[in-house]
Amino acid sequence: MASILLEKVGKVYPNGYRAVENLDLEIAEGEFLVLVGPSGCGKTTVLRMIAGLEEISTGDLKIGGAVVNDLEPKDRDVAMVFQNYALYPHMTVAENIGFALKLRKLPKEEVRRKVEEAAEILGLSEWLDRKPKQLSGGQRQRVAMGRAIVRSPKAFLMDEPLSNLDAKLRVKMRSEVRRIQERLGVATVYVTHDQVEAMTMGDRVAVMRDGVLQQCDTPQQLYDHPVNQFVGAFIGSPAMNLYEAKLGPDATVISLGSQTLRIPESTFARRPALRGFAGRMVTVGIRPEDLSVAIPGGPTDGSLITEVQLLEALGSEMMVHFSIDANLVTEEAAAEEEEDILVHKGEGVARVAPDLTVRTGETLMLQVAMERIHFFDPETTWAIW
Amino acid sequence: MRYRRRKGISRIVNPLNAAVLGVSIFVLLPIYWLVASSFKTSVNIGASPPQYFPDPISFTNYSTAFVHYGFGRYFLNSVVVTVFATLLVLGIGSLAGYAMGRLPMRGKAPMLVTLLVISVFPEIAVVSPLYLLMRDLGWLGSYQALIIPYTAFNLPFAIWILRNYFMVIPKEMEETSRIDGATTMRTFWSVILPQALPGLFTAGVFTFTACWTEFLMALTFDNTNSFRTIPVGIALFGSPNVIPYGTIFAASVVAVVPVGILVLVFRKFVVSGLTAGAVKG
Repeated sequence: MASILLEKVGKVYPNGYRAVENLDLEIAEGEFLVLVGPSGCGKTTVLRMIAGLEEISTGDLKIGGAVVNDLEPKDRDVAMVFQNYALYPHMTVAENIGFALKLRKLPKEEVRRKVEEAAEILGLSEWLDRKPKQLSGGQRQRVAMGRAIVRSPKAFLMDEPLSNLDAKLRVKMRSEVRRIQERLGVATVYVTHDQVEAMTMGDRVAVMRDGVLQQCDTPQQLYDHPVNQFVGAFIGSPAMNLYEAKLGPDATVISLGSQTLRIPESTFARRPALRGFAGRMVTVGIRPEDLSVAIPGGPTDGSLITEVQLLEALGSEMMVHFSIDANLVTEEAAAEEEEDILVHKGEGVARVAPDLTVRTGETLMLQVAMERIHFFDPETTWAIW
Repeated sequence: MRYRRRKGISRIVNPLNAAVLGVSIFVLLPIYWLVASSFKTSVNIGASPPQYFPDPISFTNYSTAFVHYGFGRYFLNSVVVTVFATLLVLGIGSLAGYAMGRLPMRGKAPMLVTLLVISVFPEIAVVSPLYLLMRDLGWLGSYQALIIPYTAFNLPFAIWILRNYFMVIPKEMEETSRIDGATTMRTFWSVILPQALPGLFTAGVFTFTACWTEFLMALTFDNTNSFRTIPVGIALFGSPNVIPYGTIFAASVVAVVPVGILVLVFRKFVVSGLTAGAVKG
């Protein structure tokens, strides 16, 4: 067991492409760190550099305190789980799990004992004599895990290990992977592009974009205090609604299109810099869950009049796609491939209780949880604190 | 188009079945004739009308081939030459194919094209210079005079087949193996090669067959008689005045058996080996 430390780590490919830049990251002993970001953000490159499959161009990588930049993968004592599992098809489950131990020239008896132990933890005991071909997707995934845990390595590296599973199994395996990792207490770096996976699994989540680390924090902190527009839009599903807005001259109100919202005093206590934007444009971020259906006749200074475009009933809740006349700010890099297709220009999403009687095309008054809305500087896209 | 189940007599008598039957006869009849004639007496081989089944069944042709003509020696020579050449081709070919298919290397494309060109090069064009080379090396009438050229001639095709096979093995196999602690050679031997077995069988069967049936070099590079292989041996049976058909048939049957067994045993692999890379997965 050991910690992993990345100091100013960078990766430049021979063609000049900078995949990762100046990355500082520490993964403590026993910690589960999730690296998340859209495809091409460099997260897999980081993982492969830690594994030793990719050379480190700049900076230092330390595992257990020692610099391992120039060590071969086998000498780093880390285990990796690949997206496609990469099980050896000609070996049985037991041989797959035991291969690394066999290479270390452990006595046969000990290899067998350790393989059985790992199989026990993963519930694979009765499949040890099968070939990978004869196993289901979930079982193969577990064999890949088994291959990693049997060596008791210093660190686990996982590259989207659940993305080949169907949705239901993926949810089940999430907690399974976490349970195993907690039991073994090994530092783990887990790469995914799925922010839900990141939020549910990570002790901490590191959000990357274009090779640069944006923010690394606990899931709740990421959700509550995104450092910039990108993190705000990337974390959370459905994504945060972002609008161009103008702060009033004394910074007490904010206008979204033709509508005005009053900013509570408490906001300035948490975001003192916001006063400096008085009379200027800002980007406002409102999470779908921070919008609720306004009670008729209730206070109107924190509510928006919207036109309902589309209703998605999910049983336990309802997604209301609405439009207002404010300009939408798009954070394209944060959009997950297909998920946001339904959202058009000027539209927003609210997550409300399922008992809504409104219909498409009608007007709906939505109450904004004003103390929870986010402000970003439109020029830098960084959060205004 | 809808599939219509044939009814009644047309389930058996229909154009499709007739075509299959026709092709089968076309292919199998010569082989049957070869086997049947090898058991006929020399008088009955040329009998008119032809004898469709050997009567009486005679083993004279076989004993003549082995005892009188020393066919056993030719068979042994063929086995030695073919087995060594095949092993060499697979050994060198798998390493070269792996390098061509997997390792980062400059000039891969021109090398592959060169190999392809060499593999279609007519043998007859190089036999004369090779003869001079063999003579100067003092290799005429030796096993290596055949083993080395056979290896060289069959390598390009084997490299191509094996390369295609290695290429479809996921890269993660090597990476996993590296992280597991295997060296490059160990990875190649324990992880990559077992997954390329069908390709190895395919290349092996093709090389074996090619060496087993090769005639021109075997005839040219042997000046003694003690290193004659099966094809040359059979061709030189008899004397200018006598062509012992029966003996030739018997020897040919014996010659076909190993190749037949090989193809039957490995046919599944050979078929999958030839189509590897055609379809992903």
